[in-house]
Amino acid sequence: MAAKKLNLRKRYELLTRGMGWETSYQKMDDVFPYDTFEGIKITDWDKWEDPFRLTMDAYWKFQAEKEKKLYAIIDSFAQNNGQTNLADASYLSAIKLFITGVTPLEYAAHHGFSHLGRHFRGEGARIACQMQAIDELRHAQTQIHTISHYNKHFTGLHNPFHQSDRVWYLSVPKSFGEDALTAGPFEFITSISFAFEYVLTNLLFVPFMSGAAYNGDMATTTFGFSAQSDESRHMTLGLEIIKFMVEQHEDNLPIIQRWIDKHFWRAYRVLALVSAMQDYMLTNTPMSWKEAWDIYFVENGGALFEDLGRYGLKMPKHHELATAEAEHLSHQVWSVFCALGNATGFHTFEPSEEKMAWLSEKYPNTFDKYYRPRFELWKRQKAEGTFEYLASLPQLCQVCQIPMIFTEVETDPMQISFRNTKYKGDNYHFCSDGCKDVFENEPEKYVQAWLPVHQIFQGNCGGATVPEVLEWYKFQPEDGGDYFDSLDYRRWQEWHGNAEAAKTGS
Amino acid sequence: MTDKKKNTAFLIVQDNEDARPIIEAVEQDNPEASIQYEPGMVRMECEGSLIVKQETVEALIGRDWDVQELHLVLISLAGNVDEDDEKFELSWG
Repeated sequence: MAAKKLNLRKRYELLTRGMGWETSYQKMDDVFPYDTFEGIKITDWDKWEDPFRLTMDAYWKFQAEKEKKLYAIIDSFAQNNGQTNLADASYLSAIKLFITGVTPLEYAAHHGFSHLGRHFRGEGARIACQMQAIDELRHAQTQIHTISHYNKHFTGLHNPFHQSDRVWYLSVPKSFGEDALTAGPFEFITSISFAFEYVLTNLLFVPFMSGAAYNGDMATTTFGFSAQSDESRHMTLGLEIIKFMVEQHEDNLPIIQRWIDKHFWRAYRVLALVSAMQDYMLTNTPMSWKEAWDIYFVENGGALFEDLGRYGLKMPKHHELATAEAEHLSHQVWSVFCALGNATGFHTFEPSEEKMAWLSEKYPNTFDKYYRPRFELWKRQKAEGTFEYLASLPQLCQVCQIPMIFTEVETDPMQISFRNTKYKGDNYHFCSDGCKDVFENEPEKYVQAWLPVHQIFQGNCGGATVPEVLEWYKFQPEDGGDYFDSLDYRRWQEWHGNAEAAKTGS
Repeated sequence: MTDKKKNTAFLIVQDNEDARPIIEAVEQDNPEASIQYEPGMVRMECEGSLIVKQETVEALIGRDWDVQELHLVLISLAGNVDEDDEKFELSWG
């Protein structure tokens, strides 16, 4: 007869306790050289608890089942030509930005957690990080597998990792990931697991994947929700590590608060790209960026920080500004993509009449007043053949690397928000007080930033003209530009039996 | 959104057959919970805390149910997690 199965608590304890040892012929500090220099003091690693108490056998079993479901759906989507049932081919811009902007970040997170899975002193923490490292790799792989089907039918999906290293707007997520990766292990996990995954990731995955479902994109919905089930574990880990660190020693609190302030702001700026995906690239949008922000940050983030208040932790610095920006963010980001649409790896387009009506309704204080006129002007110019893309390269923020497009939303929304500081005789520019603070806390780190525009001017990006730079990015001529002039548009019309439009474009 | 809730715990699961008994169990065991159907997903939220009980799910599906099977349909959550063999609970404060 089989032995009685141990309960969950016991199984987790056996996996995570007593498997390590005090080293004798090497110093512990030499074996684990990275977990002290940040100033975080840990007195008892055994206080580490993973509330999910997932053991390896359960982990493999559930992950295998998730994979089987996902791959069955990917196959069926491909066999049934699922790509023809999307709401519109313009929706693919969101997927193009996702595979180039987010997937490489998943892969970078895999590197980071592998490092922590070796270098944390506590076995429980190491095991949690090892599982997360495998999760992150799984996310990168399943995203590539899923989206490879779209690569057979649409442009702009062919070189995500190459482009992640080079393209001007992809340096935004890349620099955030590398900022975390080049920090110590405790800052890394605070950045990725807490600031990004707990506080903000719902804004990326939940409305976006629900949006994919709303636009007939069964494949993306499935990999997205499959990844999200792992994210739920990661979020929980993020919250636990914060509580663990503050409970270990009172000296840890101010360090952690500074990391939360910094990485909230860094991650929030990365999500500016997501706001444009959500409000503009999705053909049908289940929820606006502002609505998502109110639910997932103002309400849920509020509950989270109220709970963390008992440890002395406060809401991240500049969160009020992020909330004030919610009515402007997606419009400003989409505008800059449209203005530089000859240098993007996805298609840009002015919102349809229907979409503009939706934007007016969702953004009653801002859309008609500030943003509708510019889209109408561009539409008119395109009809008249007088539209021109921006001829010059934009100034970038030294920290978030986004062009200086954000405005003084609290005082004058038409005034560019511009901050600067001098460091060792050089002048550095920022889009906001949030980014300026990040710089001033660690100037030696951010003076080294690889800013795409500076690199182009220094001659490091293939040449001095737009076509040379785009070639260096490995953008194909048909990847960017206006959606209605695109190969994607013409193919879409062909599939749907609209021969005239297929021939001539719009 | 009407009046903002302060300490909402929530659980979001996929809108599929595997999740249906979990949603029904949440409705039974958390009479205060609100259940919202959104494209592809179901959001269950409740003031303060929200619980999924193994025995309720088992009674609904008529077979053994491992609480960790929740992972197969889970999308997101908010609250401190307390999980053991009999229940999965989320709570604030």
